[in-house]
Amino acid sequence: MTTALKDLGEAIASALPGDVTGYEVNRCGELSVTVRASSIQKVLTYLRDSSLCQFKQLIDVCGVDWPAREARFDVVYHLLSLKLNQRVRVKVAVEDGGSVPTVTNVFSSAGWFEREVWDMFGVSFNGHPDLRRILTDYGFEGHPLRKDFPLTGYVEIRYDDAKKRCVYEPVSLTQDFRTFDFLSPWEGEGLLPGDEKAQGNG
Amino acid sequence: MTNMAQAEIQSYNINFGPQHPAAHGVLRLILEMSGEVVERADPHIGLLHRGTEKLIEHKTYAQSVPYFDRLDYVGTMNQEHAFVLAAEKLLGIEVPLRAKYIRTLYCEIGRILNHILNVTAFILDVGGMTPLLWGFEEREKLMGFYERACGARLHANYFRVGGVAWDLPSGLLEDISAWIEQYPKFLHDMEVVATGNRIFKQRTVEIGTVTADQALDWGFTGPNLRASGIAWDLRKSQPYEVYDQVDFDIPVGKIGDCYDRYLVRVLEMYESLKIMKQCIEKMPSGPVRVENHKVTPPPRAEMKKSMEALIHHFKLFTEGFHVPAGEVYAAVEAPKGEFGVYMIADGTNKPYRCKIRPPGYVHLQALDMMSKGHMMADVVANIGSIDIVFGEIDR
Repeated sequence: MTTALKDLGEAIASALPGDVTGYEVNRCGELSVTVRASSIQKVLTYLRDSSLCQFKQLIDVCGVDWPAREARFDVVYHLLSLKLNQRVRVKVAVEDGGSVPTVTNVFSSAGWFEREVWDMFGVSFNGHPDLRRILTDYGFEGHPLRKDFPLTGYVEIRYDDAKKRCVYEPVSLTQDFRTFDFLSPWEGEGLLPGDEKAQGNG
Repeated sequence: MTNMAQAEIQSYNINFGPQHPAAHGVLRLILEMSGEVVERADPHIGLLHRGTEKLIEHKTYAQSVPYFDRLDYVGTMNQEHAFVLAAEKLLGIEVPLRAKYIRTLYCEIGRILNHILNVTAFILDVGGMTPLLWGFEEREKLMGFYERACGARLHANYFRVGGVAWDLPSGLLEDISAWIEQYPKFLHDMEVVATGNRIFKQRTVEIGTVTADQALDWGFTGPNLRASGIAWDLRKSQPYEVYDQVDFDIPVGKIGDCYDRYLVRVLEMYESLKIMKQCIEKMPSGPVRVENHKVTPPPRAEMKKSMEALIHHFKLFTEGFHVPAGEVYAAVEAPKGEFGVYMIADGTNKPYRCKIRPPGYVHLQALDMMSKGHMMADVVANIGSIDIVFGEIDR
């Protein structure tokens, strides 16, 4: 299983040398291919049409936020081949405010997935026929799945009986949202107060 | 005169939902009509969006499981299953055999729960009221089995990373066996009312036809894909739990219209009964959770005696277990199609990212393609036949 996937990864990488920047088979036995953003359409078309792959189904597209990275977002495509009975994951890195070419012309199912990534992360898709928000409220601002977006959001909605309509107000919590840091200082990599003394040059 | 005629057939918009009984939840559908013919169907979703993925990023792995019940609230344990499978793959743990059989059994109960509701509500959508009322009686019995296993009729929270919450009570398997014997009678009655019914066929045959190529292109999975003639079922092709040890068939449709999708679901219920029967026959005895107490809590009796067990228990229910860094995509054949969880762990006690891949989201996207050129009333048949629940679509 794993060797077959490795061979497949090798074949994909050698067929599209300028577009695929790397591949790996992880410990769960899954093949991931990293791709330049500009060539995502080409790669997915190849994966769909080449007789070696036949990944006829685009199962999922999602975003991942890595705030510390320079290219902040990953757009992750999951493809499924009924013929090979294999899955492949294709990853594209994109910076904040950047965009990725749409793959709606390769797979029709990409339409809503890309709208969702735009809605949740603010990664736009070039050439998407209908790039509107999809899950959030009409007139929503911000991209909620970014790591710097607070869990509680910024506004809350209620029906105002006097105005006879729904009104938006800033979120007010009777008790602050509590997050507990469970990372043990003995196991974690973070610095504790006083650590600078141990590392210091004095 | 010509101008007048043109003015009369100008296209207009209809706002369907979000409070419409045939919308199967909170679907707001903007229909661009040309007379009685649909030119474009634009579903507005997200009215039930609760930010499940964001919430899970702030919860430990064990605390995340109940959120999955609230996605597709019709067959709840199947969703939990995808999540616990993903976490187990990352942890690299193998679930005891009895837990696998219990999970398989309850996933099939979930499938029947889902299909009863969908099939009968679909019949209701196109004009047949009776099967829905019969179906709810059977659903009630199945939810009784859910309740006896986990204490809740709908939001089970029964599957755990590393097994299931606790063992089944004595006598439950016998009662499920008895139910399996009597259930085909309901299916038979329902088929007598619906399958051959002239009105039902008029409303569904060759409505919303999806060819095999279209189904692949639009990402169809589950019964909707099989109705288009593609024999693909994750339970067969990528078997998880004990699906490779039970014998069952995959019903496949011919042309992929609403009627085929209905038939596939009805036949799947018979297959689910077969799987459940075999699970009960083969169910071994033994533990239902892995013995690794870094992941599953120790038995209560042990906690009274052992300091270490007490510490494990305390750590598990405050901090939770840590999952080694990595990424995984785990998919199960949920009643509605492929339900996937793409999980990225960063080595802490909370998922870094947990993307939920709901089947209904993809199927609803294709509604525009399916409904184009059909009459207004056929949109309702299409919505009923693709089996959507907004809990999972909006997340």
